[in-house]
Amino acid sequence: MAARASLPGTAARPSAGGALALGFVGAFLGAVVCLPLAALVRSSAGGGFLAAVSSSESVAALELTLAAAAAAALVNAVAGTAIAWVLVRDAFPGKAAVNALIDLPFALPTVVAGLVLLALYGPRSPVGVDVAFTRAGIVLALLFVTLPFVVRTVQPVLHELDREPEDAARSLGASEPTIFCRIVLPAILPGVLSGVALAFARAVGEIGALVIVSGNLPYRTEVASVVVFNRIQAGDRAGAAAVAVVLLAISFAVLLAVGAVRRLATRHERA
Amino acid sequence: MRRAALRATVLGYLAAILLAPLALVARRAFEGGAGRAWSAVSDPDTVHAFELTLGITAIAVPLNTLFGVVCALAIVRGRFPGKGLLNAFVDLPLALSPVVVGLSLFLLFGRGGWLYGLFEAHGVRVLFAPPSMVLATVFVSLPFVAREVVPALRELGEEQEQAARTLGASSRQTFRRITLPAIRWALVYGVVLTTARCLGEYGAVAVVSGRIEGRTETATLRVQDRYESLDLTGAYGISLALAAIAVCVLVAMTLLRPRREA
Repeated sequence: MAARASLPGTAARPSAGGALALGFVGAFLGAVVCLPLAALVRSSAGGGFLAAVSSSESVAALELTLAAAAAAALVNAVAGTAIAWVLVRDAFPGKAAVNALIDLPFALPTVVAGLVLLALYGPRSPVGVDVAFTRAGIVLALLFVTLPFVVRTVQPVLHELDREPEDAARSLGASEPTIFCRIVLPAILPGVLSGVALAFARAVGEIGALVIVSGNLPYRTEVASVVVFNRIQAGDRAGAAAVAVVLLAISFAVLLAVGAVRRLATRHERA
Repeated sequence: MRRAALRATVLGYLAAILLAPLALVARRAFEGGAGRAWSAVSDPDTVHAFELTLGITAIAVPLNTLFGVVCALAIVRGRFPGKGLLNAFVDLPLALSPVVVGLSLFLLFGRGGWLYGLFEAHGVRVLFAPPSMVLATVFVSLPFVAREVVPALRELGEEQEQAARTLGASSRQTFRRITLPAIRWALVYGVVLTTARCLGEYGAVAVVSGRIEGRTETATLRVQDRYESLDLTGAYGISLALAAIAVCVLVAMTLLRPRREA
């Protein structure tokens, strides 16, 4: 009887099962994610935060991290869009295999990625390119681990895109660059932007590939994650927590930006 | 002409950044002969590292699968305040440095941490032991199932579920007969991604494990350990084994993708 009585508003009325599910999600997330992060924020607030963040080593590492991540994200914006374009609009033998290969950086452990890159572009490079322990090497490693983000956010949009406006523009004499900039780019831009933002966040937090490739030379190739790691090893918890909180804030900011881009895109769609 | 040039550029870029390095690792691993590569991989500490990685993955994946499904149901079907916040926290592990995750657990369970008195003070090892490594791995691989299942649930809509409930099906029956069949390929895809992330975790586990050889060293930590000990054959051999697993994951993803989208 009780079940039948609640029929008309099943979704609107929170059921006992729904409350239980919500409680489980909240408790799990609280225990696994929120509690540890709260402990981190608490530790960083113990005084000396500003000194730890503004120490010359922290500043150098944060600057390098942000610059390298921005460089990788920018290259990805162009390369990722080009790859997505070729995978959707072009046809060639082996396309399915290339499409599958795109996800390799998601599937391969990043430490292995670092080792793999060093095998080809390291001290014993068979092609004569050695970027080990350099900033170029850091960007290269970041390019590897962030490759799929833009491709995978742009590809579905490009796939769904109606071709008729492009054909119409072409028949009216528009050049290919004009068609791309005026018709295709506005449609895929939200995808490009959220892919770039996620790639940037991923690049800021990367460590596995970098500990192998970068050599972790302070002031030269030491990124923020490595500074946090080294300070933990040295027993400097407050110093580690301070830089970690900055990284946490960057992650939150990027997620907020991605959310805003998504909301803007759906509003644009509905209008 | 322009199309061919773009194709060549893109394929060249992918070959230079993805394929060529991977191919070279296979060659390096077997440089000293297959025998040396095998003895490097079958070293007891390496075997233990692989066992530990698999054990942690075997705990973290079911936990995150359960969490992911319930969380996706709450996000798509539930109406409650703070949903935006829930969404943000579920996505956070994707955007956060694993080292930050490791440090957070370290500060929570370590001396002076909020939960130190509950565990470590009574001799229950959490840090530098498998429990913290499992927690770290669960944290970093949290979002994948939920993120795959959410769009599948949106696609399904609520009409069939409501119809089933109108016909007298219990919530459990509705879930098993209507919801689960509709989301199962998205779910499997999410599980594959979660597994890959668990096997490959490095940064968070590096912080909380203490990296004790033969005890708390996972496969990825072992790669770095071998590399730093200048045992390159060992490092490349373990890498090759991990890369082989990655290729299996890629094949699984490729086979599943059309079903997930169907």
